[in-house]
Amino acid sequence: MRTWFPYPLLSVGLLLVWLLLNQSVAPGTIIMGTLLAIGLGWVTLKLGLVHSHPRRILLIVRFGFTVALDVIRSNIAVIAVILRGQRRPPNPGFLTIDLDLDDENALALLACVMTATPGTAWLEYDRHRKSLLFHVLDMENEDVWLDTVKRYETALKEIFG
Amino acid sequence: MSHLTDLPVWAAVIVCGLTVLGAAVALIGSVGLIRFTSFYERLHAPTLATSGGVLMICTASIICFAVLQSRWVFHEILIIVFVVVTTPVTLMLLGQAALYRDRVEEQRGVPLKQRPPREEQAE
Repeated sequence: MRTWFPYPLLSVGLLLVWLLLNQSVAPGTIIMGTLLAIGLGWVTLKLGLVHSHPRRILLIVRFGFTVALDVIRSNIAVIAVILRGQRRPPNPGFLTIDLDLDDENALALLACVMTATPGTAWLEYDRHRKSLLFHVLDMENEDVWLDTVKRYETALKEIFG
Repeated sequence: MSHLTDLPVWAAVIVCGLTVLGAAVALIGSVGLIRFTSFYERLHAPTLATSGGVLMICTASIICFAVLQSRWVFHEILIIVFVVVTTPVTLMLLGQAALYRDRVEEQRGVPLKQRPPREEQAE
């Protein structure tokens, strides 16, 4: 299995993308997609990516939902900040937090989630100290932001654990 | 665009609402780019368009074409995925570049680079 699919999840993802792009589940498309998925899987093997094994689909789905909710909430919060304008300017600031994630893919996912969420921006991760520097738009309550990141961290640890 | 008139009213209302809302969110994000004063604050504004805006406009597109062609249309999901996955990379690079510049210019209010643990022990 490993020789054919060095990155099974990636191959499945590529096949899904191919089917979505073609918008069909005809046998021809599936065969072509499978060939592409296998071929590109081998190509990525050359990149020497780090293997990680996300477990527990249910947890992943739950994590997705929490992130979606947070994105909606922070969208509204940031819209409020922008529309308030100069009447009540935001109170931006930098925050540092110590992370305990070893898996590189988990870190990448955390970075994507935090940057995609308006209101938090990932700035710098220190590998030696395992501490993350990030910027928040509205520092009204620091602890809430730190709690949010900690929450993500625990979820990711469970998923990639 | 005459075939859009085939859209039933309930779908038209949802599609219009989502499109207008998504466009409004993107517009507010752009206004934020002007209104915010520092570079780091400006990092937050475009993510409005790439999260809320893209999500709503793509959902509108999915509903619109799914109803028009009376079949499931899903490939807009790819747009959402690619936008959500790629914009953070750009924003992180921009953020790091800004941080580096501010540290070199010794701007105040920017957190200093943390020293690696080895140097600390040497002191």
